[in-house]
Amino acid sequence: MSEIQAWIDNEVKSNEVVLFMKGTPTFPQCGFSGQVVQILDYLDVPYKGINVLENDDLRQGIKDYSNWPTIPQLYVKGEFVGGCDIIREMFQSQELQEILGKPATA
Amino acid sequence: MPMEASEIETLIRQSLPDAKVIIRDLAGDGDHFAAEVVSESFRGKSRVQQHQLVYEALKGNMGGELHALALQTSVPD
Repeated sequence: MSEIQAWIDNEVKSNEVVLFMKGTPTFPQCGFSGQVVQILDYLDVPYKGINVLENDDLRQGIKDYSNWPTIPQLYVKGEFVGGCDIIREMFQSQELQEILGKPATA
Repeated sequence: MPMEASEIETLIRQSLPDAKVIIRDLAGDGDHFAAEVVSESFRGKSRVQQHQLVYEALKGNMGGELHALALQTSVPD
């Protein structure tokens, strides 16, 4: 496992909820990343935001790690949950609330 | 080099011959599309796995030429 893969693996395993995104939770720099940030904030979920724009190895490394070609990528309890489309779908179907241990929302 | 909706459809069909594919060009710039793909090969797979099948069909264009593809996958009823 390369250095960047080991670093990613550690971040994914040592944080309950991790969002690899473009920009930061306070300043998302991409509409898709911003949508996931909005959903997590709406559900009041504490999470770690990691800005992939700061490091090209990370930006490519995360895509290899999950075999997923785009950013953002959300991980919960060490598992890759999905990108923006899937997170939005799971939010609407309440599945996201369930895996995050949050009550169903209206 | 932006992509055409028909190119995306053809690539998906090559890997998922039974797929019903609807592509919408969201921004008219060849870079932002929405795709609905219905295929038997998604049955029993998680959403992530279903989307990965579509991304593999797009042979590396995803994230490169194709910046945004809003995906909706499902199995035939």
